Amino acid sequence: MLRTALRPRWGRALLARGLGSRRGGSAPDQNGKVSEIKKKIQSVLPGGAWNPLYDTSYLPPEHSDVVIVGGGVIGLSVAYWLKRLEKPRGAIRVLVVERDHTYSRASTVLSVGGIRQQFSVPENIQLSLFSIEFLRNINEYLAVVDDPPLDIQFNPSGYLLLASEKGAALMESNVKVQRQEGAKVCLMSPEQLRNKFPWINTDGVALASYGMEHEGWFDPWCLLQGLRRKVQSMGVLFCHGEVTRFISSSDHMETRSGEEVTLKRIHEVHVKVDRSLEYQPVECAIVINAAGAWSGQIAQLAGIGKGPPGTLQGTKLPVEPRKRYVYVWHCPQGPGLETPFVVDPSGVYFRREGLGNNYLGGCSPTEEEEPDPGNLEVDHDFFQDKVWPSLAQRVPAFETLKARSSWAGYYDYNTFDQNGVVGPHPLVINMYFATGFSGHGLQQAPAVGRAVAEMVLQGHFQTIDLSPFLFSRFYLGEKVQEHNIV
Amino acid sequence: MAAPRAPLHLVAPLWNAGTRGIRGLSSAAAPEGNQQKGRSLLQFLADRFYDVQALREYLFRKQAWKMHQKNRPFTYIKERYGPYAAGAYFILKLGGAVKFQGKEWIRSDARGHFSLDFLKLQMVPIEAVDASGCAVNYQGLDNLLALKELQVLWLQRCPHVDDWCLSRLHPLANSLQELSLAGCPKISERGLACLHHLQNLRKLDISDLPAVSNPGLTQILVEEMLPDCKVVGADWAQGLKLGQEEQYRDIASPIPA
Repeated sequence: MLRTALRPRWGRALLARGLGSRRGGSAPDQNGKVSEIKKKIQSVLPGGAWNPLYDTSYLPPEHSDVVIVGGGVIGLSVAYWLKRLEKPRGAIRVLVVERDHTYSRASTVLSVGGIRQQFSVPENIQLSLFSIEFLRNINEYLAVVDDPPLDIQFNPSGYLLLASEKGAALMESNVKVQRQEGAKVCLMSPEQLRNKFPWINTDGVALASYGMEHEGWFDPWCLLQGLRRKVQSMGVLFCHGEVTRFISSSDHMETRSGEEVTLKRIHEVHVKVDRSLEYQPVECAIVINAAGAWSGQIAQLAGIGKGPPGTLQGTKLPVEPRKRYVYVWHCPQGPGLETPFVVDPSGVYFRREGLGNNYLGGCSPTEEEEPDPGNLEVDHDFFQDKVWPSLAQRVPAFETLKARSSWAGYYDYNTFDQNGVVGPHPLVINMYFATGFSGHGLQQAPAVGRAVAEMVLQGHFQTIDLSPFLFSRFYLGEKVQEHNIV
Repeated sequence: MAAPRAPLHLVAPLWNAGTRGIRGLSSAAAPEGNQQKGRSLLQFLADRFYDVQALREYLFRKQAWKMHQKNRPFTYIKERYGPYAAGAYFILKLGGAVKFQGKEWIRSDARGHFSLDFLKLQMVPIEAVDASGCAVNYQGLDNLLALKELQVLWLQRCPHVDDWCLSRLHPLANSLQELSLAGCPKISERGLACLHHLQNLRKLDISDLPAVSNPGLTQILVEEMLPDCKVVGADWAQGLKLGQEEQYRDIASPIPA
């Protein structure tokens, strides 16, 4: 009403001034002033941000119930499930802080995009099964009215894990666990492998496990954009900035056995604006660390790991960035359309890409060969020395391949046991982790998001019990070792 | 499409708006050209009132629920009369046709009614299913996968059969000999890649698949993948430009893959 009352007046004034400008050449100047005044009036109206002195729309809000550090697929998944599981609707204010809106170094978009259930830890299998069900029904979960449906370009071609003599027994027991959890995996002998995939050289392969359903690869960028679109429609706020500081308070408490414990609580998150010294303190109730490869730094900011080693205060978050290379090559006589995502016993993996006989793949280097994670430069010698020989040995057609391009990305590598860290920290009571997935975070993101949201809203895991993945295992030394890491 | 909507706002709705207001959560994406005129009023209201937006979301969820209901598993019929009767009931309910071994095609009439005589044929396996144009989806395939002796499966023009459904067909590998996927809008070459499990397939129809990016090349790759199968579908030259007529005349027969 106020708007309609104002509009005709300004419109007519604009027209009058434009037509009869007394000072020649100052018409655009008048228009500029008018639009400025118009903007001021709009900001006073309900729904606008009232900033009498200067524009602060690029800053995050001053208060937010949950602050999610990191806007990748895990952070957005947590935001989605928080908004979806909250009661009543609109109860929780969520802020996602992401320092790079182009996602140029984010693990999500640089990922190869595979999803599999062939893990050794049952919780990982359950997470993957939940996530594949989410991806299958993505247009029901992430539907936004009036927006086109999502097409994540899923290739249901399955994973083919090969095992040598040494690893055959382990693979059999893993497949048993996978089948118990509900994954559709079949074991193949070298003979069956040669019949099914004639392009494979089965020297050194004693057993293979092939995922028949619910496995394959998809487009992670599409999932990310779909989640972004949906969480924005649900009312989650996005902020382009970097978390530089946590303001927290400490409480000295005594346990039942008389031990002294210092519990910390984060009160404010300082979000620094890009390319500026300006920062905004955001008062929050809960902080979720979904910063991927840089989660270790965020944990250090919160004071996790500051203490004598061997104590709970001194236990750091063992997540660090590890650089991994992905190479794309073209091979006209290469394996055909039915090629699954093949993982060699040596750690080399590859998959098809598109219809044009292009393939992409790589290899995880050994501990001694780990490249420096300071930048994302690609080492082409690694392909020549380590990846190509194994590829050519496994698939003879790859002897004549032509390397096309390559890129590098980070794994948020958990140096303790290469599995994710999910749940609250025992001492910093309002920081929750959702990180450390060491290369299988993308495929578990929807399920992990739900688990963290349940933990935040209800205090315990409900759909999938991820208690083996809590932070306390680093202090207690209980490793949940995942054997099938690619 | 911002132009027709501009006079309705003082400021164009920001996609990344920091604050929510009475203006609501309008979608900045341009509305599709093929949306009907009537929808635009609902859209206009949905952008301004939370109630109307909730109503639209409810209508959307109701559609999804209807699909879910159509594809529910018929466990009672399965337990009482066997998997073949359950599969037949499912297909006939959706408007398709079923052929039992040694019997004629059973089809529902124009009004969707069909006789329940097939419930007596508990041990007779089904050998052919015609589900053309039926609303079968991933859930509904449960009822079809129990038909272990199925030889012919026609899924022409099914609007909800997509790549996920194709990845589910591998249990039928022992018996399936003919599969038709012509005209399914959601099937792409990624789903066709998982048909290699069906080693007994002798006839495959992949014509007129709009979501396949390169029909000619896909046909060649599928033929390579299934050497014993006759693949009917796109002509190999379909991917080439139409303007080069002279070159076509020189190349008399297709180049062997």
